[in-house]
Amino acid sequence: MHPASSIILFTTLSGLGYGLAAMLGLGLLDPALVSTKIAHVLAILLIAGGLLASTLHLGNPQRAWRALSQWRSSWLSREGVMAVATFMPLLASAWASVFHDMRLPITGLIGAAMCGVTVYCTAMIYASLRAIQAWNTPLTPACYLLFSLAGGLVLAASFATLGEGLSKWIALAGTVALAAAWGVKWAWWKRLRTMSPISTPASATGLGAIGTVRLFERPHVNENYLTREMGYKVARKHAAKLSLLATAAGGVLPCLFLSIAALSGTWMAATLCTLAVAGFALGMLVERWLFFAEARHAVMNYYGG
Amino acid sequence: MTLLPSAPPPKKLGLVIDLDVCVGCHACVISCKEWNTGGYGSALSDQDPYGADVTGTFLNRIHTFEIVPEGGEIVGEAGDARIVHFPKSCLHCDDAPCVTVCPTGASYKREEDGIVLVDEDKCIGCGLCAWSCAYGAREMDLAAGVMKKCTLCVDRIYNETLAEVDRVPSCVRTCPANARHYGDLSDPGSNVSILVAERGGFDLMPEQGTRPVNKYLPPRPRDRLADKAMPLAENSDGAKGFFAWLDGVLDRI
Ligand code: SF4
Ligand code: SF4
Ligand code: SF4
Repeated sequence: MHPASSIILFTTLSGLGYGLAAMLGLGLLDPALVSTKIAHVLAILLIAGGLLASTLHLGNPQRAWRALSQWRSSWLSREGVMAVATFMPLLASAWASVFHDMRLPITGLIGAAMCGVTVYCTAMIYASLRAIQAWNTPLTPACYLLFSLAGGLVLAASFATLGEGLSKWIALAGTVALAAAWGVKWAWWKRLRTMSPISTPASATGLGAIGTVRLFERPHVNENYLTREMGYKVARKHAAKLSLLATAAGGVLPCLFLSIAALSGTWMAATLCTLAVAGFALGMLVERWLFFAEARHAVMNYYGG
Repeated sequence: MTLLPSAPPPKKLGLVIDLDVCVGCHACVISCKEWNTGGYGSALSDQDPYGADVTGTFLNRIHTFEIVPEGGEIVGEAGDARIVHFPKSCLHCDDAPCVTVCPTGASYKREEDGIVLVDEDKCIGCGLCAWSCAYGAREMDLAAGVMKKCTLCVDRIYNETLAEVDRVPSCVRTCPANARHYGDLSDPGSNVSILVAERGGFDLMPEQGTRPVNKYLPPRPRDRLADKAMPLAENSDGAKGFFAWLDGVLDRI
């Protein structure tokens, strides 16, 4: 699948934003501190920025509101509805912290739960597509949810170092969430790289009974929408290296930095946590790029790819 | 509404495509584009139409496959491989994932005859339906920013201003080899259902769970070239009469 930068940005930014918003909703940070107020605003900006990026690839964005109508069947529509609805508790929580130095416990909990549901809907857009076997597994929403949680905790840790100081509990939770997220991601990669395709040129043409089916000629000499959108291929050796790079930058380093930060003084901890956030964000971008680039679409059986 | 019809449609209109007969001439590709660029919805645009990098939107395309039987080899025209031309347009699936994933209600399956269509005034051009279709039957029109797909020529088959013989899809009407057949696949007595029953019509990628309406007819078994006698051009042993005389004269020259 073609790794469109608008979609990669959307899933990365909104994943981070929802994670941070959920941690704020759970009350991990002191609502009266300036750092927490900034965190509230940042979470909302990340989510809004992600949603905006996602409309960039639409052919007719002016009627994007119509995407809220088919929640009964479509995960994309459900995601849109949830995203809009989740803004309510998040904005209320942010308002309470920024202007009244307080936390709304019930609203916060509801907001955190809705963040989780929204991220789940995003993941199900991909996981529900049978034509893309790599995505069509419950491991996909598991990865999205765990990465969002881990991202939220890493961000919360770094805001804590700027405010009340990093508690050992947040650092520990962040480390555990990171390990869990990358663990599940490696299970996802293992499945992707060892599965046998459910659809083949033989089943796509129904001609497997006669012999080995190979593409002889494409329908046209140049590319078309389908080959551009779904014909992306990434070399296996590069994919393997990139997944190691993503895990190192987005998993190993943040784990290390969080652990050391928990035992360090304020400035050291703040620096380390900022680096952990940067590493995690980089790791996520690479992971999301691979998520698309490595996924093979069943239609490529008709295009020899 | 992107829920699929709750009851099975009373009619299942679709195509039956004969892989034994298709000669790969692409006439249906062109007639489909010609009819549909001026018909249902926005035009089927081309990008860089007179340049080197021309691409465009098509609702029907012909792929060509080479099938090598087990132990067979490809040696020019004398090998065992066979070439099969493979026309492909929307299969109007009963369990069409392209319909249920659509967030706007633009994609729908008609209750009355099962045709899968896009209401272009609602389509936001998100492309998710094209992702969900394993068959590559949907292409985004880059000029209009909306999704295009085979309409089963819904503006021909019910069009009473056309002569009766023309009330079939454009590709079916055009095919010079008669490789494309149109009819109601829910009626076991229809022309298309009989073809499917007699020739062993099959579904493409049944494992995708889409239950396509369109069916494909397999190529008929072929004689192995190796089992045939040597062509006469290589061998003049059996020549008689005038040809025997000519053979002798030419040998002597
Ligand atoms: S062939 Fe593709 S576009 Fe047509 S109904 Fe089936 S899934 Fe939808
Ligand atoms: S591209 Fe149009 S028809 Fe397809 S899913 Fe998006 S809104 Fe629906
Ligand atoms: S039925 Fe009509 S729209 Fe569909 S492939 Fe044939 S000519 Fe094109």
